[in-house]
Amino acid sequence: MLQCHVKGCNDPSLSFPLQLKDVELEQVETEQNDDLLANLLQKIDWNALQMTATELGLASLPETIPDDPDSDEAFMIKLHEVLMEMNITQGKMECRGCGHVYPIKDGIPNMLLAEHEI
Amino acid sequence: MLSTPDLGHLTTSDYRRVYEPAEDSFLLLDALEADQVYLRDQVRPRLCIEVGSGSGVITAFLATRVLQSHKTQYLTTDINPHAILATRQTCSHNGLDSSQLTCVQTDLLDGLLGPRDSAPANCPQLDGQVDVLLFNPPYVVTPSSEVGSQGIEAAWAGGIDGREVLDRFLPLVPLLLSAHGVFYLVAIEPNRPADIIQHMDQCYGLIGHTVLKRKAGCEHLSILRFTRRSAVATE
Repeated sequence: MLQCHVKGCNDPSLSFPLQLKDVELEQVETEQNDDLLANLLQKIDWNALQMTATELGLASLPETIPDDPDSDEAFMIKLHEVLMEMNITQGKMECRGCGHVYPIKDGIPNMLLAEHEI
Repeated sequence: MLSTPDLGHLTTSDYRRVYEPAEDSFLLLDALEADQVYLRDQVRPRLCIEVGSGSGVITAFLATRVLQSHKTQYLTTDINPHAILATRQTCSHNGLDSSQLTCVQTDLLDGLLGPRDSAPANCPQLDGQVDVLLFNPPYVVTPSSEVGSQGIEAAWAGGIDGREVLDRFLPLVPLLLSAHGVFYLVAIEPNRPADIIQHMDQCYGLIGHTVLKRKAGCEHLSILRFTRRSAVATE
């Protein structure tokens, strides 16, 4: 969901999604909530999620959302695992356009830029 | 009456780094409580965003007291890293499932939208997606030089008319709100709330009302609520 906002980095095909690098992942088991997942599916950029999950080597998500996702049990389990249970505790997010690096520390992505970069 | 979120986990030393909820925060809680039926039955939010969440008391209240919906996703931002930690703690301490909350350290919504110098409509991820938008901005009138800190001062220093941070944020509101979305804003008299309402109508076609007012010490606080013209709230 996060994208580069460095001044002049205006190619949306490159500034989103940011590329995750050197990440430490932790899996926190939570109860699967299909209603929340169904809501998120309508808000989310599927291609970006699919690409990011693949780059991280996580459970492979299909290239497109299945026709009837709510009743596709295996799909919902995978989606829950990737979207809800996987936390990135440390790492960085790099822009594919301008190369700017945003850190992730203690699970918090930091999108702040220096004055001259805004 | 809904109970205020429990903040017992935050200590005096936390409040040296994070804004402690005060009358302005509580007035916004009261406004959300008064709108509980409207929010639950008409807005039925899927995505709620709070900008500058501080202690997290407002999002925790909306999530765990007003809406109590396991279907809603909450996103909060703050420029102050201590506030991010406090928001997380307050939400989980009050029973919000961690999978429903995402916190980002940033200035307003930087990094969730495109660069500031790009076309204003460049927010593909959040464009028209936000059902409830909350902002208790740094509204205190201060010298401009005090604006821009990443510490606790960022919670109040508003610069000229207390509008410097707010005026950077207002143009984003029409991009973010969903068709039935609603934006709640805290303001004080020196911010010229009537002017804010007029500005939002003329520039962005958003209809605003003062839904609650209270005098707290020397501050005349109001809660302003904005919706799209096509979705003016019916009480």
